[in-house]
Order: sequence, then C-alpha cells, then structure tokens
Amino acid sequence: MNTHTTTNDNAPHKEKPPTGLIPIPTTTARALATGGGALTIISAFLAWTWTAAFPGDLTVYGYPGGLQWLVLITGALTTLLGLASYDIKGIRAITPGNADAALKYAALAAFGTAWYTILAISTHLGGLANLEPGGWITAIATLTALTGALALPYPRPRTYPVDPEDTSWEQFKHRTRNGMTVLKGAFAAETPPTPRKLNSYLEILIIITALATGLLVFTYGIGTEYDELFIGFLISVGLGFAALAKAGIVAQISVYTARHRNITLIGAFLAAAAFPFTQSDDQYATIGVYILIFATVALGLNIVVGLAGLLDLGYVAFLGVGAYAASMVSGSPSSPFDIHLPFWAAILVGAAASLIFGVLIGAPTLRLRGDYLAIVTLGFGEIFRLVAMNSDGASGPDITNGSNGISSIPNLKILGFDFGIEHSIAGFTIGRFANYFFLMLLITLVVVLVFRRSGDSRIGRAWVAIREDETAALAMGINGFRVKLIAFALGAALAGLAGTVQAHVTYTVTPEQYQFANTVPPNSAFLLAAVVLGGMGTISGPLVGAALLYLIPNKLAFLGDYQLFAFGLALALLMRFRPEGLIPNRRRQLEFHEAELAPGETPPPAVLSKTGA
Amino acid sequence: MTTNTTEQGQTPAAPAGQTVLDARGVTMRFGGLTAVRSVDLTVNSGEIVGLIGPNGAGKTTFFNCLTGLYIPTEGEVRYKGDILPAKSFKVTAAGIARTFQNIRLFANMTVLENVLVGRHTRTKEGLWSALLRGPGFHKAEAASKARAMELLEFVGLADKAEHLSRNLPYGEQRKLEIARALASEPGLLLLDEPTAGMNPQETRATEELVFAIRDMGIAVLVIEHDMRFIFNLCDRVAVLVQGEKLVEGSSETVQQDDRVIAAYLGEPFEENKS
Repeated sequence: MNTHTTTNDNAPHKEKPPTGLIPIPTTTARALATGGGALTIISAFLAWTWTAAFPGDLTVYGYPGGLQWLVLITGALTTLLGLASYDIKGIRAITPGNADAALKYAALAAFGTAWYTILAISTHLGGLANLEPGGWITAIATLTALTGALALPYPRPRTYPVDPEDTSWEQFKHRTRNGMTVLKGAFAAETPPTPRKLNSYLEILIIITALATGLLVFTYGIGTEYDELFIGFLISVGLGFAALAKAGIVAQISVYTARHRNITLIGAFLAAAAFPFTQSDDQYATIGVYILIFATVALGLNIVVGLAGLLDLGYVAFLGVGAYAASMVSGSPSSPFDIHLPFWAAILVGAAASLIFGVLIGAPTLRLRGDYLAIVTLGFGEIFRLVAMNSDGASGPDITNGSNGISSIPNLKILGFDFGIEHSIAGFTIGRFANYFFLMLLITLVVVLVFRRSGDSRIGRAWVAIREDETAALAMGINGFRVKLIAFALGAALAGLAGTVQAHVTYTVTPEQYQFANTVPPNSAFLLAAVVLGGMGTISGPLVGAALLYLIPNKLAFLGDYQLFAFGLALALLMRFRPEGLIPNRRRQLEFHEAELAPGETPPPAVLSKTGA
Repeated sequence: MTTNTTEQGQTPAAPAGQTVLDARGVTMRFGGLTAVRSVDLTVNSGEIVGLIGPNGAGKTTFFNCLTGLYIPTEGEVRYKGDILPAKSFKVTAAGIARTFQNIRLFANMTVLENVLVGRHTRTKEGLWSALLRGPGFHKAEAASKARAMELLEFVGLADKAEHLSRNLPYGEQRKLEIARALASEPGLLLLDEPTAGMNPQETRATEELVFAIRDMGIAVLVIEHDMRFIFNLCDRVAVLVQGEKLVEGSSETVQQDDRVIAAYLGEPFEENKS
C-alpha cells in the first residue's frame, strides 16, 4: 500500500498532486465506491448461506435477517455518502465536513461487517462452501466499495525524506512512520465549519431525530441475541459513527444540542423513558436498570474526579453505604432494626448516611494530594467492605449480618404503586425491573441536574481551579479543603441515592457487591474506567462509558475468563489513541492534543542526535 | 515614562500616609538556611514599592511570607493593623492579592472564568444556591460576570474573554494574572516579576497598567529585575541582599548607593580603590 510513498522518500518533499492510496482514476473510484454501496444494499436481500444453522436465518431471498440488516444499513450509508461526495445539491448538505473521509469510513464499516459475517459463517459451519452466491456477491460488493473509497484522492500529508546515512533499521523505522502518516492522512478530515443557525424548530427536530436514532441503536444493541450479531453491531456502529463524525454531522448536532440544552435533556430523558416500552418482556429492562445504576454512580464520581480532580479509588463504598442504610430501614427480616420507612424517608437516610461517611473519610484524607489520595481512598473502600463483612455478631457488632448480607429486601411501594408486580400502561406490560428503571431514571435526572448546576457556578469554578492549580487557587482565596470536602461529600451523597434503589432492585445487599475490582460492574475500578473512557468532566461521557462497560462484558460472555484481560487491553489502547475519552470535554481535548502536530504530519527526524552517535 | 513618575510624585495622590502593609522583623528559616533575615518593610496606601535584589536574595520567599504560603519563623506581618492569618486563602480574603513569578493561571479555564475564580472571596453563593438557582444566584452570577468583564476591559483582554487562558500569548497571560488578582478587590497587590520575559513595548504597557492600578487606590509591592522599570515606577525601593534588607529609599538614593552596586556587580579591586 505504501510502496509508491517509500520510493519517493529520498527525493526532497514536493507538493504532490492529491492521489488516493490505490491508483485508480478519481471518477472510476467514486463510481466504484457508490456503486459498491448500492450493490451491497441489493446483496443484503439475497441468501448468504444454505442453512438456518447459522443464527439469524440468512437463507431467505427478499427478506434480510440479523447481520444482513447491519450490512444493509452500512451499505446504504456508503451509497448516501458516495452520492453526497458527487456534490449533488440536497444530499451534499448532509456532509458539512469531509465527504470523502466519511465515505472511506462508511465503506470500511460495510466491508468489516460483511466480511466478519462471511468469516463467521465459514468458521461456524466449517468452510467457505457453505456460502450461497449472495454471500459472494456481498463480499465482492463491499470490497469494491472499499477499494473505490480508498482510491479517492486526498491531500498528502508532509513526510520527511530518509537520511541515507542511517542504519537500515533506522531507515526502516522512518519509512514505517512515513507510511503510517500517509495512511492516517487518508482518513483525516479537517474540522467542519461552524454550522449556520437554522430555524430553531428545525434544530430541535434534528436533535429529536438524533435522540430517537440513539434510542433505536441502543435498543438494538441491548437486544442482540447472539455473539456474532453483537460483534457485527459493534463494528457497524463504531465505524458508522466515525463516518458520521468525519462527515461533520456529529459536530453539527452537538452545536445544536449546546444551543438547546434543556430540550436536549428533556428529550434524552424521554427517549430513555421510552426504552421499556420497546421491550416485550423484562429481560432487557434488567440490563437497563443495572446500566442506569452504574451510570448514575459514575456520573457522581465524575464530580469528584472530573471536576474537582480528586482521584477516588474507593468510590463504590458510598454506593454500599447507601444500599446498606436503605436496606436496614426497609423492613427486611435480616435487618437489625425493625423499622420500615417509606421510600422518601429511606432515600434520605441512604443519602445522608453516605454524606456522613463521605465527610468522615474526606476530612482526614483530603489533606493529601494526587497519588497519595488515591491510595488512601482505595484503602478506605476496602475497609468499608471488611467492616461490613465482619459486623456479623461473631467477630464484631451485629449490624450488617456479615457475608450473608441483608437479604429479602421487600419491593418498594410508592403511593400505592407496587414495584414488585407487573403493571399495564396503555397496553404495554411494565414488569418489575421496568418499574425500577423508571425510578432509577428519575434519580439519574436528579444527578444530571446536580452535576450541571454545581459545575456551572461559583463552587464548580472553584473545583476546576483546584484541579488546575491548587496553589494558585488558594492564593485566589479559595478554601481548598472546604471546597474539596464539599465535592467529596456531594459525590458520596449522590452515590448513596443510587444505592438506595440498588438495594431494592437486587433484593440482597452483601459486602461482596462493593469491591475494588470485580468482573461485574459497578465496582470502583469500573466506575473510574467509565468516567475516563467516557470523558472526564462531561455529563454524557460517563453515561455512555458506563453503558458500554456494562453491555460489552454482558454480551460477550464467550470471553469468559479473558474478560478482564480484554477490558485492560481495550483501556490501554484507548488511553494511547484517545486519552480524552469517547466524549471529550472541550478543555481536556485541547489539553491532550496541544503537543501534537497538525493532522497527518510526521515529526522532523532528529538528525543531530543520530549523527552524534 | 520618567516624566510620568515625577508628575505622580508631585501630585497629592502620592503617599496618603496610612500604612497598608507593615512587616516587622520577618525571618524565614528552612532548617539551617536563613532565607530572609529580620526584614522590615512598610507599604503605605497609594504607594508603589519596589523590591529588588540579586537572584537568590530571598525576594520571593519574603513574598510568600507576606501571602501566607509560608509562615515566618520570626516576626509579624500586619495588614491595615491586623496580623495576617496563616492561610493563603484567608490572606486573600483580608485584602492582599498576588501574581506569581512563573505564571500560574488556570490553564484550561477561559479567560473570563479565570477572573471569576478571582471573585471567589467576594461572593458568597454556596452549593445550595447553585443547586436551587434562586433569583439571588442569577443576580450574583450576573454581577460577578459584569465586574470580571470590567476588569478584562481594564487590562485590555475583553475581546478574548472566551479564549482558553493557555492559548493567550505570554504578555497577555501576565495581564490576565493581574486582572485575576484585582478581581479579589485587594488593598495591596503583590506583583512577582510582572515583566519577566517581556519585550520593551510590553514592559512599558505593564508600567502604565501598574500606574493605573495605583490610581485605583491599590498599593502595589513589586519584585523585578528590570532596573529601568523599577526606577521609573516606584516611589520607594528596598534592596534585599542575602536575605537582609540593605537599603531602602527613593530611586535616586538606591541607584547611587555603593553597597547596591557592589551587591549586583561585585566589589571593585582594592588597588583601584586606593
């Protein structure tokens, strides 16, 4: 792929005319990409294999199933972006950014999904012979589209010639670096221009469409029934989203959402509330409610870590305190206290207990900074678990019932509404977990509002100032200890809120639910990972991060014992290539990429150091 | 520039007499090292006082003693008659604001937000007010923003209010640091090498800025290495050498003092002297 680059390496840099990675004339390439996309759509309606043994039933002509739908959608996206790249009026408007770069990603998405499916069929059924002609057509169509897309010309990034006096190893490294730059340049897109102001109803309509699409994608992802479909889903969504981002659509929508923040919040809330209505049974509402608990606690942690910059590795303990406090006043038979408070009182007890615990832990530890704080909070998190484990009446006071925990926590009843039984709302059956899903959604909304309002205020600015430079913040008159303690206690109280609901959802509260690291979220390590993965200091970041971190291990059960390994690997790769998280805070993105050169540029070779050797 | 100084010297705006800062016998020891030894210094309202000295003379250490970052081993510092508290945020609340020798802005906050952080001590809104967002909250936020914009106007950064402070050029970062310090409504402003790394034009602009700050009724204590800047600017100059105050007096007195010249340039050879 890089051969023609390397041959030019020794010549001084000249402004080369823009060419593609594959030498095909531009018009042909564009036609190939668009036509390939169109053929992909058609091929999705064909039969790909002869037997229904492969999940999803890909044997029917005229009716796509399972993975074929994903290929169909990515193929449609490719065709659409291909047409947009022809500068056809009307369609051009959907790509305010770089249509060519977007087309490359879309073609890659179609190619990846289709070829993954074909390989999965072959390995699953034992050989390529199991493919019907439809499968072969899909393979060829997506490959054609990808070839065409990669042949599209793009401005070559600047590369530096190889020093002929270098050792061959150095020359090899240099050529590889140049090749990578050229490859990266092919997929690079300049930032799209700021979108012009539309009619605000139109903007709101676009936001609603985006949210509805989000709900649809999420519902589809959560409902994927077999591993192959979920992996295909990840490939399509990941690369498809990249295509939309390169097309400038994501940036455009985020400008609109920033303009209509309240409408976006309400819309997102309604879209989330619509989720249980898309489900026929309680199976996926269970996942939904666990994701919400996890996401809410992650958002609470984001106040402590993302805004105030306090690295808390024992945060899950606050969730535990809230859950234990709520379970003890829930009327559970294994609770040492024989009281049954109504939910509003229980939630206050849970939040207050976490708040007090937060102040008690924060007061001594917040005098430390940085790594020391992280270590001490890690210790306190474990202390909580051990205390809960040992307060069983034998090795300590009889409070928490030891490792058995507090079990048979009764279901909530609010204003006569029993959360434990199914209800029928407008013809939809709403099961137990869906009930709790709605309750948890309200709590998430509260936490989102608290995050947004506290972040954009005097106290929020003080938190960010402390995170940026504590000495300067003190010199500006900020009482650092007090402000940090408020952040710590607020984060704790919000986790406590989530804990009260969690206790009722899970029926049982045991110490083992609140570990530092475990395969099942929420635990401190996963919470922190959700914040860092999603994006520190943003609202949507931890929500997205938590949803992914819950869903991926849950869906990819075949990873088995390698789950944590894959998780670690994914985190390491993400931190290497996107340290600011999936949904970056505007500030942090600048912080991390400041030192980088202009997109697609290799650093100049360090000639001096080499000749010195 | 010099004319400006002499003019100011003749106008009645000069030393109004009231002592703003009164440091007595300030000594700072780090283990066996005495960084500052029994230094006395007063700053009166409406005055610009300079503090000079060779590198390592203890100027910044002395500054840190004045702002609560260090607690002096011996001696006391009074601000308008009251002994200063030992915490730097309380010192700021009392009315002493400072800038730093190596710029310490909140790099990832906008220019406006930086100044708003400076308003922290002069506003009261806590967490509840932020969460409930009553009318008082919006009024206080609007007032803070208006005041911050005034200050940015004053230092000439109003059009960059929404920029990230890390993206400002060096000279403007220094100005922003001054605006941020002014936001806490100080009675005394401490500037630690405000012109370090500036070109002559920027230095002159800073000079004007310091005069304008003095005219607002804020006393200024400034550390600087740029002698022309100091002697143009200051009503009084104190010279710190090896932790001790060598001379204090008007620009002329200090400029002609043999000990000061010796401290900066070294002693002349004996044979030349005789």
